[in-house]
Amino acid sequence: MTAFKSLSSAMVKGFLRDKMTLFFVFLFPLMFLVVFGLLFSDAGSDKTKIAAVGEGPVLSALEQTGALELEKYGDEATARQKVNDGDLPAAVVVNGDRVDVTFAASDQVAAGTVLGIVSGVVDKINLGEAQVTPRFTLEAKPVEDASLKPIQYLTPGILSWAISISGVFGAALTMVSWRKKQVLRRIRLAPVSATTVLSSRVLVSVGTAVAQGVVFVAVAMLPMFGLKLTGQWYLALPLLVLGTTAFFAIGMLVGAFCKTEEAASGAANIIILPMAFLSGTFFPVENAPGWLQVVSNVFPLRHMNDGMLDVLVRGKGVEALLLPSAVLIGFTLVVGFLAARLFRWED
Amino acid sequence: MTGARIPAVVVADIRKNYGELKAVDGVSFTVAEGEFFGILGPNGAGKTTTLEIVEGLRKADAGHVTLLGEEPWPRNPKLLPKIGVQLQASSFFEKLTAREQLQTFGSLYGVSRQTADDMLELVGLTDKADVQENKLSGGQRQRLSIACALVHDPDIVFLDEPTAALDPQARRNLWDVLRAIQARGKTIVYTTHYLDEAEILCDRVAIMDRGRILAMDAPATLVRGLNAPTHVVLQKGVLTREAARDITGVEDAQEDEVSLTISTRKPAPVLSALADRGTLDGLQVRTATLEDVFLDLTGREYRA
Repeated sequence: MTAFKSLSSAMVKGFLRDKMTLFFVFLFPLMFLVVFGLLFSDAGSDKTKIAAVGEGPVLSALEQTGALELEKYGDEATARQKVNDGDLPAAVVVNGDRVDVTFAASDQVAAGTVLGIVSGVVDKINLGEAQVTPRFTLEAKPVEDASLKPIQYLTPGILSWAISISGVFGAALTMVSWRKKQVLRRIRLAPVSATTVLSSRVLVSVGTAVAQGVVFVAVAMLPMFGLKLTGQWYLALPLLVLGTTAFFAIGMLVGAFCKTEEAASGAANIIILPMAFLSGTFFPVENAPGWLQVVSNVFPLRHMNDGMLDVLVRGKGVEALLLPSAVLIGFTLVVGFLAARLFRWED
Repeated sequence: MTGARIPAVVVADIRKNYGELKAVDGVSFTVAEGEFFGILGPNGAGKTTTLEIVEGLRKADAGHVTLLGEEPWPRNPKLLPKIGVQLQASSFFEKLTAREQLQTFGSLYGVSRQTADDMLELVGLTDKADVQENKLSGGQRQRLSIACALVHDPDIVFLDEPTAALDPQARRNLWDVLRAIQARGKTIVYTTHYLDEAEILCDRVAIMDRGRILAMDAPATLVRGLNAPTHVVLQKGVLTREAARDITGVEDAQEDEVSLTISTRKPAPVLSALADRGTLDGLQVRTATLEDVFLDLTGREYRA
């Protein structure tokens, strides 16, 4: 058995036998995926609920628009009271041919929506009664827009985040604990090159990342979450590998500075948590202020997220990999170089 | 190899300073192949730094080291397979069993997996082969650590305080292991702060204090060189102090509540004289030890 193979297998065994690591690499991010996935599962705009009094074609037509939900009341006073109390944004009272709309002045957007729909319906019925041929015709059809359902958005983000955790923590903790326990010294005293040791450790991290990808995507694709992969989802694979090496390099840098496992975990958390939030792991970074979006570009996780979103759920092709890959490779080289310069065999 | 054999270890006047502290201050020694060489001294004497320089883990500020004719510094991949270094009892891979540890370290040297089992047998851990390292006792971990240093069948073995922090039983078990290693023809260089242990195990010892070697020879030679008197201890009452002082060869006799202690540099005739009188009750003979040598060399009690 070669040194490379046996080192890799030793590390895989150590990884699989350590329940704590398994938890943080798989279950912990998965918990976020499940919680957020369930929380946001019936998001999308709700129908606007309004009070309605009376009956007739106007009310039936309003119900068919699909944008309003009518709450029927027996008398006008109760319906108006609902609006006054702020429970409902508007009340529609139909009394024979007369349609009265009362709306809460506080919510201009809801009022505008309700007024627009009601007047549209009333006008249409009037037109039908008048038997006039309309001059303009309106043609409306739906398109798939670029905004994503929450699970579509969450899965790539949380996967990238999980890979950053396993990459940074894996590298930093291995290095610190091996140095502290003198395993590095033992390796240094053996006729084996540093490249062999390093590459076997990176290989284990890459394997972990691929396993994370498979598990998270499989869970997200369960009917209760409903993730749908698009097009060339397998393009995520190069991103997984490049992301892992970039985060591994960060971990090596952390490991070069820290003397104890506790210090290394603390430092890794300080790096990963802000990076995760600013890189759009849990919510789209587009909602953040402009300057923050600019700042977020310094994080490799941001670019990995973007790439993952593009190839996993936005159906983009290989061209979407170019920028993220370039950034991740650059990051790996620069940070890796720094880490190599700062590397210490022992304290 | 023909002609004169190259010594296993040659250390020539090595020095290492840490700031003001002269950790190693001009140490020289030579160890022959197959020899069991002990470096002993109290904590902070410079034993570990000396060993690390010899192993090639640290660069000496001055001086020269060769192992089997090769220089250990800078890292010398040609030499590495020939030396085995035992490290702290905790330097293992996480969560691996005793056998897996040995297989993994062995693979770094291209050693077959079978060797792991041979090593476990050598250090008496065959029945612990499938136990994870963190579940072994201190003594077992220490033995596993030594097995890891031996897994690639090195010619020279370096052990840094292998018996420290072990209970007496575990220490004695380990002595057997060390003797078995020497019986395989290995050269052993080891540090300890147990003087009694060095006396039992080592062919030669170097006594170190404050970065220097104070004396170096076979333990028995060092002790004999002291020319310290032997103490013969008898039960109180079997002989009077005056009668004891009259025996030829006795230099002094002291009495306390329980015993009579006779000092002599000629223990053989004194003992036979005592035997003739039938006064050997409660006999104990105490010869000088390395501890006395240390006291003699440094003028202070040995502080382990």
